[in-house]
Formats: sequence, C-alpha cells, structure tokens
Amino acid sequence: MIEHFSYIVTVFLMIAGLYIVIARGNLIKKLVGLSIFQTSVYLLYLAPGKLLGGTAPILAPAYGVYSNPLPHVLILTAIVVGVATLALGLALAVRIREVYGTIEEDEILALDHRIEEAEEQGEERRA
Amino acid sequence: MLLVLVAIVVLVLASVRNLFAVVVLSGIYSFLMATVMVALDAVDVAMTEAAVGAGISTVLLLGALHLCKSEEAKPTHRPWLPLSLSLATGVLLIYGAMGLPDFADPQAPIHQHVVPRYLQNEVQVPNVVTAVLASFRGYDTLGETTVVFTAGAGVIALLRRRKPRKGGEEGRG
Amino acid sequence: MTKDLLLRVIGKLLIPFILLFALYVMFHGDYGPGGGFQAGVIFAAGIVFYALIFGMDNARKVMPDWLVEILLAAGVLLYIGVGLAGLLLGGNFLDYFVLDADPIHGQHRGIFWVELGVMITVCGVMLKIFYMFASRGRG
Repeated sequence: MIEHFSYIVTVFLMIAGLYIVIARGNLIKKLVGLSIFQTSVYLLYLAPGKLLGGTAPILAPAYGVYSNPLPHVLILTAIVVGVATLALGLALAVRIREVYGTIEEDEILALDHRIEEAEEQGEERRA
Repeated sequence: MLLVLVAIVVLVLASVRNLFAVVVLSGIYSFLMATVMVALDAVDVAMTEAAVGAGISTVLLLGALHLCKSEEAKPTHRPWLPLSLSLATGVLLIYGAMGLPDFADPQAPIHQHVVPRYLQNEVQVPNVVTAVLASFRGYDTLGETTVVFTAGAGVIALLRRRKPRKGGEEGRG
Repeated sequence: MTKDLLLRVIGKLLIPFILLFALYVMFHGDYGPGGGFQAGVIFAAGIVFYALIFGMDNARKVMPDWLVEILLAAGVLLYIGVGLAGLLLGGNFLDYFVLDADPIHGQHRGIFWVELGVMITVCGVMLKIFYMFASRGRG
C-alpha cells in the first residue's frame, strides 16, 4: 500500500478536479477544477521518475544517481501549454459573460432555451 | 505531510463558493505543488509551476473575475450524482494503479528505455532537462511553442475590440 | 497607478531584479535549473507586476502593444529559422550538429537559439493575454 501512496494522492486530486468540473455550474470554477485535474496528471508523470537517493538531473561529477529527466521535460512544456489553454478558456468565459450576462451554466441553458422557443413561435406566426 | 496539506487545500477549494477565495486558494495550491515537485527532484518543473501556476494564472483568473461576477450561484442540483460518478472513477483508477510499478523502483520500465542514453550527456550540457527539451526532443518543443502561440492568437481573436461599425455585429444580447 | 507607497517602493526595488533573474535563468539554463519556458514566464511576470503597480498606461510605454505582438510571432519564427538553418547547412530539420565546425559547439549554439525563441514566444503570449484581459472593460 505504501509503495502506491503517490498514485492514491494522484487519484484523489484527479477525482476532486473531476467532481468540481461536473458538479459546479460556474465556468470559472470549472476551469479551476480543470487545472487541478491537470496538476494531478503532472504528479502522475513525475512520481514514477523519482529514484530514492537520486538528485535532480543536472550532471555533476559528485553524483551518480539521477532522477528520470524525461517526465520533467514533458511536464515542463505541459504546464506552459496548460496556462495558455486556461487563458483561452477564460477568454471564452468573458465573452460568454458579455453576451449572456452570466457565467452560470444553468442560466445560460435557460436563456438558450427561451431564445429557441421565441424563434419557433416567430416562425409559426410567419407560417 | 505535504501531500496531506495539498489534499486539505483541494477540499476547501471544492467547497468554497466565493470565487475570489477560490483563486487565492488555487495560488496556494500551486505553491504547495511546486514544493512537492522539488521533493520529487523536478527542479525545472517546480520553477515553472511556481512562476506559472502561482504567478501568471492567478493574475489571469483575477482579471477574468474582474470582468465577471465574483460570487458563485447556489448549486441547484443535488451533488449525489457527480459525487458517486467521481468516486466510482476513483475506485476504478486506484484498482488500476495497484498494477503499476512501486514508487521509486529502479527496475521500473521508465528508467530502462531511453533515459540511460540521455544521461550519458552526448551534447555536453550539464542540465539534462534542457538538453532533452531543446535537442533530443526538438520537434516536440517546436510543437509546444506553436500551441502556445496559437492559444495567444486565439485569445487575441476572442477579446480584441472591434472597430465600431455600422450595422452592429453584436449577435443576440 | 496605486497610491500605496510601500508597494511602489518595493516594486521599484524588485522589478529590475526579477527581469535580471529571468535573463539569468535563460542564459544559465544549460548549467542549472531553467530554460526558455521559465525565463519567458518570469520576464512576463516582472512586466505584469509593473503594470499592476504603475498602471497599464505606463506599462504600455515600456512594452507597447505592437512590440508584444511582434514578439509573439518572432519566437516561433526564430525556432523554425534554426531548423531551416540546419537544413540549409546540409543536415536535417532541427539538426544542430551542422551549425558549427565542432558538433558539440553546434549543439550548444542550436540549443541557445531555440531556447531564446521559446522564451520570446512565451513572454509575448503571456504579456499579450494579460493586456487583452486588462484592457477590456466590464462589459
């Protein structure tokens, strides 16, 4: 059990992020949940790369054991791409707020529904 | 210990409804995560996470909050369905994780494949992460840079103020 | 511009060091932790800090919009340019061994230019995103 502790924490963070994304209607809260989900993936990659007694992968004659550098490279780029996509999501949320006046999912759906009904009624009247 | 702290922050984060508090908590969460990454020997990643997660994305979230409302509406649905769905996913994932190699097992496949060659330092750059990032996996990094560029272009396309034109393209308001 | 004296003094003290640290992270990335991604983000964070304390108008004087937009694209072009340079000198795309007579030296040169390209793009994108959010009024 203790050998898999890091995986258990990863899974906990993952389902916490998943829960926030599914259960909360607020778009910004959803984005925060999504970034928690993302961090759990970082942990999933980084934890297996660690070696006990190893050091950071910066070569020096005094050390022989290094942790695995490959996950570090992958996650490094993933973090920067993550913040770029977060910004894109936030930009979408801001635009939605400007058009609909709200960023709550339920209210957006209700507004959409009302607009559709109004359009249908308008078509019936024209027909 | 640190991981327990992370878990507590996440639990509070899920329950708080004031979005301002959520943003500040996510900044704290990023700093804690950066510390965990230092403990996992990933110094480059920790540096990026501290600068990006706690710095830039907090500022961006605050900027977006300034443009939106900072209080979340009361949830209208019962949380049981999402909660049970997440818990079921979690149980499945833990069941799957039990089959993965042990933590810090030097015989795990991840330490056997290409990494010994990376660590031989063919290009004589002491920081292996930089060497792999820019040289061995140069195509990968080119792709990532392009993705970052595209995201920037997307934000510009979404938020750029149009010049006021006759005949309003505003759509439904 | 904020009226808080403490913030302004601390900001004036710290911002040069933040920018310097970003450059250090960039140019020392071969030997210590760091590289283009971190340097770009830290540089952008320094300028964002400046904009938060001294106001957007002053920040625009330091980093005008057109400059940020040029940076945004210049980094990717620089990266691709390094790849094409390798191609022109008889290697493969993104092959650094041919960039100098000494292959190891060529590698160092290639890594440096590529990291510089990454830094410029990341810095430009982060700043541009911040400017877009900051300059948009409450709709």
